[in-house]
Amino acid sequence: MRLIRYFVTFYLTNVITLHMQSLSIPEDAMSDICVEFKNLTLGYEGHAAVHHLSGEVKSGSLTAIVGANGSGKSTLMKGIAGILKPISGSCVTRFKRLAYLPQQSELDRTFPARVIDLVSLGYWQKRGLLGRVSADDRVALGRCLDAVGLDGFEKRALDSLSGGQMQRALFARTMVQDADFILLDEPFNAVDARTIVDLVALIKGWVAEGRTVLCVLHDHALVREHFPRTLLMARKPVAWGPTPEVLTRDNLARARGFQEAWDDASGWCEEQAAVLDRKYGKVAAHV
Amino acid sequence: MFDMLLSPFLQYGFMQRALFGSLVLSVSCAPVGVFLMLRRMSLTGDAMAHAILPGAALGFVFFGLDIIPMTIGGLLVGLLVALGSGVVARFTIQKEDASMAAFYLISLAVGVLLVSWRGSSVDLMHVLFGSVLALNDAALALIVSIALVTFVVLLIFWRALVAECLDPLFLRSVSRIGAPVHFLFLILVVLNLVGGFQALGTLLSVGLMMLPAAASRFWSNEVRAMCLIAISIAVVSSIGGLLLSYHAAMPSGPAIILTAGVIYAFSALAGRRGMLASALTSGRHKTA
Repeated sequence: MRLIRYFVTFYLTNVITLHMQSLSIPEDAMSDICVEFKNLTLGYEGHAAVHHLSGEVKSGSLTAIVGANGSGKSTLMKGIAGILKPISGSCVTRFKRLAYLPQQSELDRTFPARVIDLVSLGYWQKRGLLGRVSADDRVALGRCLDAVGLDGFEKRALDSLSGGQMQRALFARTMVQDADFILLDEPFNAVDARTIVDLVALIKGWVAEGRTVLCVLHDHALVREHFPRTLLMARKPVAWGPTPEVLTRDNLARARGFQEAWDDASGWCEEQAAVLDRKYGKVAAHV
Repeated sequence: MFDMLLSPFLQYGFMQRALFGSLVLSVSCAPVGVFLMLRRMSLTGDAMAHAILPGAALGFVFFGLDIIPMTIGGLLVGLLVALGSGVVARFTIQKEDASMAAFYLISLAVGVLLVSWRGSSVDLMHVLFGSVLALNDAALALIVSIALVTFVVLLIFWRALVAECLDPLFLRSVSRIGAPVHFLFLILVVLNLVGGFQALGTLLSVGLMMLPAAASRFWSNEVRAMCLIAISIAVVSSIGGLLLSYHAAMPSGPAIILTAGVIYAFSALAGRRGMLASALTSGRHKTA
C-alpha cells in the first residue's frame, strides 16, 4: 500500500511540477512593485463595489485598508486573491506565494478536526496535494502556534475553541503558509487587546523579513501607530499614501459621505462609457 | 452457536458470494458515506440513488435483467445528474441541495415511467431492492473494481477532500483543485451506489453508505478513525444481516440495512458522544 502511494506520489508530483514550470512566468526584471491595479473595477451583479482603482503596492510595504462598511475593502482583497474576477480593468500580481486570511471564513467549525489539522492546511502551497508534512514542518508549525499564543493547543478539537482562539489559529495557518504577500481581512476580530499587541508585532516582523502585507482594519488609532501606509476606501479610493497624509479629517469626512446602498437607478459609469466610445465609436449610445 | 454463525457460509456458495460482495461493498461505501455526512450531504446519497433508477430501467428495458447494461445505464444517468446539479450550483446562485433535488426528481419520474412502461411490478421490486443472494461473477467483479477505484481515489485526494470540507474558501485561495475534487467525489458516490444496487437495490444501497457513517460520528472526533469505525460497522451489519436473512428467511437487503440501523440506534444512545453520555455528565469537572 505504501508502495502504491509512493508511485502515485512520484508520478503526480513530477507531472504536476513539469506542468507548473511550463506555466510559470519568467521573472522579468523583478521590479519592486508587488501588486498593480490598473483602473480596477470589482463588484457584484454589475454594481461596482470597488470603482476605478489605480495604483501599486510596493514589495515589502505594510499598508492598512480602512473605510466604512460596504466601502469595498473585502471585495478588493477577493479581487487580489483572484477569487473575484474584475468587471473591468485589471489587477496585476507579481508575488510568488499568497496567504489570504478572509474576514468571513467558510470554515466548518463542527468538522471533526484538531487545531494542528487546520493549521497544517497552510502547508498546501509548499507540499501540494500529495506531499507529506515533514517533521521539520511540524516543528515550524509548533513555533507558529507559540507565536500566536496557542502553544499546547495542537490536539484541541476545533469546536472547543473560542472565537478569538479560532482567529489566532487562522493567524498561525497564515504564518505557516510562508507567503511573500499576505492579505489580512480584519484579522483582529474577537481578539483581546493583549493578543492584538502580539499579533501586530508579528505582522511587523513579517514586513521586516521583506514580506508585503495588506491589512483591512477599523481601528484608526492602531493604523496611525503601526501602519506606515494607508488606503482609504469609499467604493472609490479616497486617498492612498503615507498614513498621516491619508487619515486627515477632510479625507475621513469625504469617505463618510459615500452612499452605501446600491441604487438601481444609479447611472451607468460615464468613464466606462467613454472608454467604450473611444474603443468602438459612438455606436453604443444609439443602440 | 458455531453452527449457526458459520455453517450458512460454509455450506452454500451463494452465501459465500453474498458475504464477499457485501464485505467489499462495506469497505468501499462506508468512507464515502463519512465524507458525505461531513459535507452535510447525507441526503444527497439518497437523492442520487433515486436518480440512478432511470438508467437502470433503460438497461432493463432494452436488455432485460442483466447486470452490465443496467449498471452502465445507472452509472451514466447518475453522473449526468451529479454533473448537472453540480454545474447549476457552481455557476448560478442556486445551492446544490436545490439543484440536486430538481435533477433527481426529473430523473426519478423518467425512471418510474420507463419501468411501468415495459416491466412488471416484480421487476421494479428487483431494481428497487436488489438481491445480495443472487450476485453473479460479473456483479462481484464490478463491486471489486469499484472498491479499488474508491480506495485509490480516497488515498490520493484525502487531504483535498478534508480541506474542501473543512475550509473551502481557503482551498480556493491556494489551489484550483476544489471544484474538480468535488465532482470526483460525486462520481465516487455514484459509483458506490451503482456497485451496491445489484446487491441491495437502488434504494437500500444508500443504507450501507450512510448508516454506518452516521453511527461512527457518535464514537469519534477524527476523520480517519470515523472511516475505520464506519467500515467496521458496515462489516458487522453485512455479516449480521446475512445471518438474519438466512435464519429468519428475510430478504437480505433489508436485513443488512436493519442491522446497521440497530447499530446506529445503539450508537446514538450509548456512543461516546451519544445521548446517554451527554445526559449523564455529572457535575465533575477539571479546573482548567
